[in-house]
Amino acid sequence: MFWDWAFAGEILPLLARASLVTLQATILGFAIAAVLGLAFAIGRMYGPAWLSVPLTGFIEFIRSTPLLIQIFFIYFVFPEFGLVLEAMTAGVLALGLHYATYASEVYRAGLANIQRGQWEASIALNLTPYHTFRDVIIPQAIPPIVPALGNYLVALFKETPLLSAIGVLELMQTAKIIGSETFRYVEPITMVGAIFLIFSLIAAGLIRIVEARLNRRMVH
Amino acid sequence: MALRSLVVAAIVAFTGGLVVASFAGFREFLPGLLEGALITVQITIGGCALAVACAFVAGLAKMYGPWPVRWLAVGYIEVFRGTSALVQLFWLFFVLPRFGLTMEPLTVAILTLGLNVGAYGAEVVRGAVAAVPRGQWEATVALNMSRAQALRRIILPQAVVAMIPPWGNLFIELLKATALVSLITIPDLAFRAQQMNATTYRTVEIFSIVLVFYLAIAMVITIAMQTVERFAARGLARGRAT
Amino acid sequence: MSTGSEAPAAGAAMSMVRFEQVTKSYGSLVVLDQLDLDVAAGEKVAIIGPSGSGKTTVLRMLMTLERINGGVIWVDGEPLTSMQRNGELVPADQRHLRRMRGKIGMVFQHFNLFPHMTALKNCMEAPVTVLGLSRDEAQSRGRELLEMVGLGDKLDHYPAQLSGGQQQRVAIARALAMRPKVMLFDEVTSALDPELVGEVLNVIRQLGDAHDLTMLMVTHQMGFAKEFADRVCFFYGGRICEQGAPETIFGAPENERTQQFLRAVLEAT
Repeated sequence: MFWDWAFAGEILPLLARASLVTLQATILGFAIAAVLGLAFAIGRMYGPAWLSVPLTGFIEFIRSTPLLIQIFFIYFVFPEFGLVLEAMTAGVLALGLHYATYASEVYRAGLANIQRGQWEASIALNLTPYHTFRDVIIPQAIPPIVPALGNYLVALFKETPLLSAIGVLELMQTAKIIGSETFRYVEPITMVGAIFLIFSLIAAGLIRIVEARLNRRMVH
Repeated sequence: MALRSLVVAAIVAFTGGLVVASFAGFREFLPGLLEGALITVQITIGGCALAVACAFVAGLAKMYGPWPVRWLAVGYIEVFRGTSALVQLFWLFFVLPRFGLTMEPLTVAILTLGLNVGAYGAEVVRGAVAAVPRGQWEATVALNMSRAQALRRIILPQAVVAMIPPWGNLFIELLKATALVSLITIPDLAFRAQQMNATTYRTVEIFSIVLVFYLAIAMVITIAMQTVERFAARGLARGRAT
Repeated sequence: MSTGSEAPAAGAAMSMVRFEQVTKSYGSLVVLDQLDLDVAAGEKVAIIGPSGSGKTTVLRMLMTLERINGGVIWVDGEPLTSMQRNGELVPADQRHLRRMRGKIGMVFQHFNLFPHMTALKNCMEAPVTVLGLSRDEAQSRGRELLEMVGLGDKLDHYPAQLSGGQQQRVAIARALAMRPKVMLFDEVTSALDPELVGEVLNVIRQLGDAHDLTMLMVTHQMGFAKEFADRVCFFYGGRICEQGAPETIFGAPENERTQQFLRAVLEAT
């Protein structure tokens, strides 16, 4: 039989549990990417030359090379220095680093959009750079770029299957294991695909709502 | 842009130099890696060609097709954009044989990546066509051209020039995605890297070289696209109308 | 409602263009309100009026760039967007529309030249693609027209290399290459620097003298309208407020609004 609904029902709980792992990797990875990306952006835009130039090179390097290789690199490199990383940790670090480079581009665009007058007013009010960033610049820079960051969150989510290459028990790995044990590949892989599709469509819809709401609030 | 290329080139040179200097066994890796790189390049070229074809068909169908065709296009775009490339790869690799369609792994790889990137490309096509000024369409109406003639002779030539930078990015995305085929045992660059790492455990050197390889291919793509853009914009790029 | 001088006799010759109770609205905003307009073959009509009065919409509907919400537009004796089938008027099919469209040409305010083609290629494109002319025929026709508008030495220039006035002249040549019976000019000098306006108006004047083209021009160039047009229509609020010979409209307008408008225009210049 091509598609066995009974079998599909059987494996659904397994896949549901695995999707929690997927979500965990997504959220942790994105958290790293969001914070690190902001640091990258600030370092590139406002840091001294000895920082911003190598940083730019590093960011371009990570952006232009495959995430899979970077996952392997992080997973296999640390043991050579005596630190053994769990697959999940290595995977999340790699995801976070890779997507931090994308996020830094988004942040840079958002920061560049802030009118110079805001900076000048902050200087005139004698605010420290830290307070300027925290209270004046970032609150204005973030809302317009939330949709773009949201898109990268979804993209990161869709790249979590790469973690199956180092054995993380997320959706793709679980599907492969089910397949190799039962020799039925159609149901697990299709269901995993469907789960991703549903999540992506929901996320895309949410991002659109957020975008619409943000556009209403902003004064154009 | 020039600064960025310079910086990247510097990183490449530095890493390359470091790697070469750090150990002698570099030469023993090279042949295997070059074979893998050849496969990677093959998949990249095939995938990019298919992606462009799919993107134009789907993008134009979505904008101008009769409604059944339009729905097909939307379905294709949403499915391939909404699911993971690796999942698509596995699905086409494991499930298609059940339909009786047995293909060489290389073909499956090119097909999957082409369809995947093509779905993203459809949006690039759609966006570029929509960005052509309305006045151009109105001029074609005033000259009594049919919509097909207008698209073919007037609109698409202008849209294509605007598309080149985003396509450059998509081609690099496809290059990066080729690494996934190593997980269905296609002996590409990433596969060779894992293989060598498993036998020699010289992780840093192997993966660094491999990353530099990918970067080099990416730079070739970027330079090629910039050349294409310069060539395509001959008429348009000579300043805007006064 | 037409007041003042009557429209020239549309008696003997059938009108080339006739608007019959034509209405156009965008949602609740009525732009043209049961418009009646008759243009005889070979007549040169200038359309003036404040913005929002519906002037440009008249041209755009004639060029099938906008849909008609009510009434019928007749061109050369046939309905524009409807056709006769079994004695009834039904919406026109593509073939009818394209046949009708071929009788009309339009020059736009912002030129809309094809930026990726030379001046000559711009003029050749439609004759080859639509009319089926051979490349040689289209090329000689294009060359002839570009020489007529004074750009015989700029055949291989791209639009970006031409001034605004030159681009607009190419646009005129391009429209003429299709040999339309009716030529529409939509504020063709409004986007030009003042010193370039004259060269375009000269070309239009030449056209008017040499050919018996029917011409409709929406324009703010009152001086030109006065010496060139056979008839001037003053639009207000989606209707023709007043129309007549240029001497009458400009010299002794009867309607209050016409007077107001002309006064405001004079003050601005």
